[in-house]
Amino acid sequence: MAEGGAARGRGAEAKRVVFVTVGTTCFDALVRAVDQQEVKQGLLAKGYTHLIIQMGRGTYIPTKSEGETGSLAVDYFTFSSSIADHLRSASLVISHAGSGSIFETLRLCKPLIVVVNEDLMDNHQAELAEELAERKHLYCARPQTLHQTISEMNLESLLPYQPGDATPVAKLINRFLGFPED
Amino acid sequence: MALGMALGVCIIVPVLLLIRVAYVLYRSGKPVGAKSPKSYSTLVVLGSGGHTAEMINLLLVLEKHRFTPRYYIAAATDNMSLQKARSLENSWADKGGDKIAKIAAEYMQIYRSREVGQSYITSVWTTLVALAHALWLMLRIRPQVILCNGPGTCIPLCMIAFLLKVLGIGWSSIFYVESIARVRRLSLSGLILYKLRVADKFFVQWPQLQRKYPRADYVGCLM
Repeated sequence: MAEGGAARGRGAEAKRVVFVTVGTTCFDALVRAVDQQEVKQGLLAKGYTHLIIQMGRGTYIPTKSEGETGSLAVDYFTFSSSIADHLRSASLVISHAGSGSIFETLRLCKPLIVVVNEDLMDNHQAELAEELAERKHLYCARPQTLHQTISEMNLESLLPYQPGDATPVAKLINRFLGFPED
Repeated sequence: MALGMALGVCIIVPVLLLIRVAYVLYRSGKPVGAKSPKSYSTLVVLGSGGHTAEMINLLLVLEKHRFTPRYYIAAATDNMSLQKARSLENSWADKGGDKIAKIAAEYMQIYRSREVGQSYITSVWTTLVALAHALWLMLRIRPQVILCNGPGTCIPLCMIAFLLKVLGIGWSSIFYVESIARVRRLSLSGLILYKLRVADKFFVQWPQLQRKYPRADYVGCLM
């Protein structure tokens, strides 16, 4: 107990959380990937201390860990109404490719690795992640290349995402319907 | 004599119908050009998840008094979207302090033609049910403006809106915004509405899509 308290006390100074989220989907390949020693070691080497996994409808259960010295503290849950809080307190987010999760994370200016689910039939979601990766707003990976992305990433090189704006659409709709421009 | 008349009807009716379809297609996509419109009754089709989030972003910048009354439709299996629309409407009502805003919105659910993983044989029947339901809703609402951004929920509604235009029962301007997730290829819903020219205005959020589909308007990212 005392040891745990000490670890928590020490962790509070430099607690760096990695938050993994699969949204409402089932994405066992991602949960399995972050549960691999290779990935955990990579995160540890980058200075992260905690790994929190939101596993959604998946069935693969990752191994919990208290985070003894030289290892990552790992915890998981299925769903939560406070995903936003988890995102806010994270130092790095690893997410599925859903546009909701992507833009929520980018809006909070958190470094983001998007992992594309290759098991999906209609895999159009890769398009968005790849486009945003090309524009250097995030990193895009596959479950099997995640460890590589983590060891090679340079978060300094990521560019902040400027939130979009719907006024051009509104303008065109108004013009079409005959409303005067204001 | 009767045969001649029957033959005449058989030829004239389809020809008239074709002319009417051609006229509707010609008129669609042309600005409504009303001199001084006050407001349009507006149907907002909420997709789910990311689609709904994008639609809410659009609603936030539209002048509410121009799009009144508002009818929200979401899939029967989607219980989040209408809730989000409701809280948006309530926030407007609170801010404006006017009671009109509160009664200016209605919320409805629609059956989906096909759930993920449903077999194609049973989906014939469910599609018919969904179409009948969509027809009933459209006849009730008679929207002058339809705002939609996929996925499939909006297709029966838009097709029926087009049918009502052809039959001269109602005229609605259909605006479709392709999802931000579509960077290189249109979604199936988008493709249908674009190819059949059912959407009066078709918006895309990435320049490379606009190059591929030149009748679309590139509007930048909504998120």
